[in-house]
Amino acid sequence: MKTKHYIYQKGHHIVTPLAVGSEANFEAIATGHSPLRQYRQQWDIPEPFFAALFPVETFHETSLQQYTRFENIAIQAAEGAIQRAGIDASNPRVLFVISTTKGNVEALENEKAQPANQAYLWHSAQLITSHFGNHNTPIVVSNACISGCAAQITAFNMLQYSDLYDYVVVIGAEVLSRFIIAGFQSFKALSPERCKPFDKNRCGLNLGEAAAAIVYARCEDETQIPDQGIVMTAGAINNDANHISGPSRTGEGLKRSINKVTENFDTKQIAFINAHGTATLYNDDMESIALQRCGLQHIPVNSLKGYYGHTLGAAGVMEVILSSIALQKQMVIKSLGTEEPGTAQPLNVCMENTSAHGNAFLKLISGFGGSNAALLFTLKHASL
Amino acid sequence: MTEQSFNTLIKCEITASTAKVNGQTILQRTDASEDWFSQLYHAIGMQYPKFFKMDRLCKAGILGAELLLKDFDYDRENVKADWGIILMNSASSLDNDRHFQETIATDNYYPSPAVFVYTLANIVTGEIAIRHKTGGESSFYVMPSFDEQLMNTLVNQAYMANPELTHIICGWVNVDGEEVDVRMKVVER
Repeated sequence: MKTKHYIYQKGHHIVTPLAVGSEANFEAIATGHSPLRQYRQQWDIPEPFFAALFPVETFHETSLQQYTRFENIAIQAAEGAIQRAGIDASNPRVLFVISTTKGNVEALENEKAQPANQAYLWHSAQLITSHFGNHNTPIVVSNACISGCAAQITAFNMLQYSDLYDYVVVIGAEVLSRFIIAGFQSFKALSPERCKPFDKNRCGLNLGEAAAAIVYARCEDETQIPDQGIVMTAGAINNDANHISGPSRTGEGLKRSINKVTENFDTKQIAFINAHGTATLYNDDMESIALQRCGLQHIPVNSLKGYYGHTLGAAGVMEVILSSIALQKQMVIKSLGTEEPGTAQPLNVCMENTSAHGNAFLKLISGFGGSNAALLFTLKHASL
Repeated sequence: MTEQSFNTLIKCEITASTAKVNGQTILQRTDASEDWFSQLYHAIGMQYPKFFKMDRLCKAGILGAELLLKDFDYDRENVKADWGIILMNSASSLDNDRHFQETIATDNYYPSPAVFVYTLANIVTGEIAIRHKTGGESSFYVMPSFDEQLMNTLVNQAYMANPELTHIICGWVNVDGEEVDVRMKVVER
């Protein structure tokens, strides 16, 4: 029988168009701020769109000039997280797991003029880890919208079930481009104004840029977890086997993921659920059905998409960090953009910042390819 | 290093000119004028009209899965939560991304949703999950080259993390311009 480890967050960092730093981002959204706005003629895209893009100043740091925008923000996020964790990232016992959907896809605009392999995700990942002097081959997780959560599950499994690493640095990053915006526009998936997660009048999502990183560590003894530490208790991925771009009508895959991570766990301890809540008609209905089928529809639920938009490969990492801070502060952040909840099954959508009661939160995420993930995090109290 | 906790039941390989099952060549490309994936589709008697809508990465993956499972005795009617998929490659969906990029040129801007949907690497896992009704773990990784040891580590970990999993369809599915490199297997706990 193998030793069970506790997998906990040792440090994290967020870089968004709104703020730099995990706490700074949390404070900004807790006071209702959002970087979402309308862009016209951006990247010569004919139709205007509502999104959150990094200002050019984000990329001014002179020591990172040789990197693309994507690599640049990924490095910034990782640097902050590594610094807070106080680890030596060049140590061979440190693994990097990088979540993104499109990386440097903008390199395809003139691929032959770019340095070799610039559009390849593994290549970007290697540049990022080389920046930290780490020689392990980074693992890139590219699982559409669930990538950020899938990367944390990979990190969890690496620490829990193998003795190869002591720390895993999970980075989730995404920059937008003409490619991504044009694609989502062709899908008719974008809202012309701020998205309205779980609202009865929701009409699509907003896209956003962000980078976030978490250093996961492990220990065998619970007393080694720092007070107020956030422990990743379980994670699960299930496929709907239903449709490549449309959510399941029954929420079956998400339901199975939720049931799996809450198995043997007293769900009364769950303070809130941070859902995917993209504000597309079908996603939000699907989540409501899955939660109802799991008997968790009464638990306060929020979506952070109304603040940052859908940040694709960064979403799962960034939203876990912000929810972890919320859990530490025992509060639930309101679901910005929601005016009148209206989903296939009623949900307890958090409409105002409120106090939270419980020592756990559940993170949900679903995406193209029929994938669904659920993650369960718990708060370590001094009394334990 | 963790002990391997699974057995390989069947393996397949597809290159730009050969298809093999368990090391045995089952089709060799002879006619360069005919699309290789369509040739293989017909040769193995596959009947799945959706195939023709897919991008080349999905076609490669779905053909690989078909080679593995066409004669396999398993439940074809219901979604199987005890079956998972773990795939990796090096080009993610770049082969199709280049195609989508052509549809958004400044002088010829006509982004197609039918092309855009395949601009995600893990759509191939979704297509295989739909075809073979696998409802468990589904993961896609991008690495510089096929690292079978890492693949086996990830499969081992998936088994340890998911006690309900019995079978995993796993391997390498890379399509990048002229290059076709499929090395897949079905493993059982």
